[in-house]
Amino acid sequence: MSILMTFRIALKALNRNKMRTALTMLGMIIGVGAVITMVALGNGAQVSIEQQIQSAGTNVIMVNAGNFSSGGVRQGQGMSNTMTPDDAVAIRDVSGVQYVAEGINQGAQIVAGNQNWFTQVQGTNVDLPSIKSWLIESGQFFTPSDVTSAAKVAVIGTTVRDMLFPDGTDPVGQIIRVRNQPFKIIGVLTSKGQTGVGQDQDDVLYAPFTTVQKKLRGITYIQNITVSAASADNIKETADAIAAVLRVRHKIQPGDNDDFMVRTLEDIAAVRTETTRTMTSLLASIAGVSLLVGGIGIMNIMLVSVTERTREIGLRLAIGARGGDVLLQFLVEAVVISMLGGSIGIGLGYALSQSLTQFLQWPTYVSPQAVLVAFGFAAGIGIFFGFYPARKASALDPIEALRYE
Amino acid sequence: MPVISVRDLKKTYIVGDIEVRALRHVSLDVEPGEFLSVTGPSGSGKSTFMHILGCLDRPTSGQYFLDGKDVSRLQKNELARIRNHQIGFVFQGFNLLSRTTALENVELPLLYNSGASKASERRRRAMESLKLVGLEQRSHHLPNQLSGGQQQRVAIARALINNPSILLADEPTGNLDTKTSIEVMDVFQTLNRERGITVLLITHERDIAEYGTRVVAFRDGVIKTDEKISTRRIASEELAALPPTPVD
Repeated sequence: MSILMTFRIALKALNRNKMRTALTMLGMIIGVGAVITMVALGNGAQVSIEQQIQSAGTNVIMVNAGNFSSGGVRQGQGMSNTMTPDDAVAIRDVSGVQYVAEGINQGAQIVAGNQNWFTQVQGTNVDLPSIKSWLIESGQFFTPSDVTSAAKVAVIGTTVRDMLFPDGTDPVGQIIRVRNQPFKIIGVLTSKGQTGVGQDQDDVLYAPFTTVQKKLRGITYIQNITVSAASADNIKETADAIAAVLRVRHKIQPGDNDDFMVRTLEDIAAVRTETTRTMTSLLASIAGVSLLVGGIGIMNIMLVSVTERTREIGLRLAIGARGGDVLLQFLVEAVVISMLGGSIGIGLGYALSQSLTQFLQWPTYVSPQAVLVAFGFAAGIGIFFGFYPARKASALDPIEALRYE
Repeated sequence: MPVISVRDLKKTYIVGDIEVRALRHVSLDVEPGEFLSVTGPSGSGKSTFMHILGCLDRPTSGQYFLDGKDVSRLQKNELARIRNHQIGFVFQGFNLLSRTTALENVELPLLYNSGASKASERRRRAMESLKLVGLEQRSHHLPNQLSGGQQQRVAIARALINNPSILLADEPTGNLDTKTSIEVMDVFQTLNRERGITVLLITHERDIAEYGTRVVAFRDGVIKTDEKISTRRIASEELAALPPTPVD
């Protein structure tokens, strides 16, 4: 008997008991739908992390002063005063380095007219927009001479603009007061939205790091250096070279702890990707359990079906069906249930993922691989759980089966 | 050459510790075109005999030649092929698939016959078979839309579709009333007379057995009597003599 005909017979048999077929299928639909949705959520989270990393600038290496533990005393990042602008100058000479931006932060109350707002003042230099691929919405970024002269100029994010100029005045050219010192706004950055942890990237004011050092804090050290490598291929080597240069400059003996930390964005991303992946696996396994339950449902129904149709099986055997024909018939019935249920489940999972994105703004991504794997899994479950009942049917003795009441 | 030739057939079942000898030294020849009735009380071995003749079971010892070929030692799948090609079964309980049209029920054995892979071919042959039992008008009826007699005729059409060497009918009238029984026996007699089909009829009713040309009576696993029927019942004559009733 041809496989096509076997499929047709299976469809006919399933059609004879629509309600039961539908309910059995429901187990598979929910199982596959859940797996697809969960994996879509996990993939969506991963994709959005990748996009954030992308938006944070490619090839970026972060150098922070201080370390989590230094000389037995645990310290936070940027909590050490050993890093100087000279370190940044030295890093500029490391091979593979393209841009270098010194960084120093200071929280400050800023005032414009009758409005005021507390924000982070970040001291940096002219390379930062290139490193982070920023665009200027209006005005311009500061120039090397602004940095050299520690000019009191500022470039603000859109949140700061909205807070200080709620009436929509063009902020470029306006004078604001930062810690009671007048700064001139020379540019506004385009909005970058939130980071992955919900931090507003537009709630910030950039000024030359020299200005922050001298005019706001009165210090000579810096807290961090943002570096970009010339190409993505040798980021790791570049990061190691930077660490080596700093160790020499800071006179750190082999075996001693660094008083700085060099990390690539990839390192940071890897940790978060790993977390997401664990989460995805966890969710998918829970959804997988429901898929398993669906499979057991198929086996259950197929066993009932074999018992119910004992006489039919006896008849088929009597008129010339071989054991293999009967086995195939019941196996195909189970596989049809599971694959049909699987297909509907994929549709359901896709619809569910889309509505999660639509209504809850959760990022989701239904990957073709996930669909293929789910479909293959569904077929596999049909074969696995359908085999035992089909075996049972094919092993029936025609005489006994025909007598069965 | 006899279509069925059985030599010294034995069948022994082991039930628990007890050996049940269902058949002991049975030998029998059936010529083509014969209408053989097999009778006997329950437990006489006639069902076991019929199962072996139908290739549903294998004898413990002895030989069974069907169309001259020894089939008593064949493997399961080979027996399935013989059942499909050379034997037509008619059962007491009709055994039609529910929610499946008469035509599709008749087609069923062709699904297991690799020589009939084309759907149009199967349809044509099923229709021909239904015509033989006079049910071509009901080809698209479902079993529950047919009377008992009609259902049994569909089953006969199904048994005929592969042009079998023998038609094996196991208590075919057991579920039917007297008049319908006569109608069904008329179908068997017509097929036997006009198309020369060999019919083996298993029944425990003596009067039904008399529709055949020869009666074999089983008792305690052996053939007790084997005789030609002197006064054969002819179903068509009996039907004509019956008072007319509304046509079903």
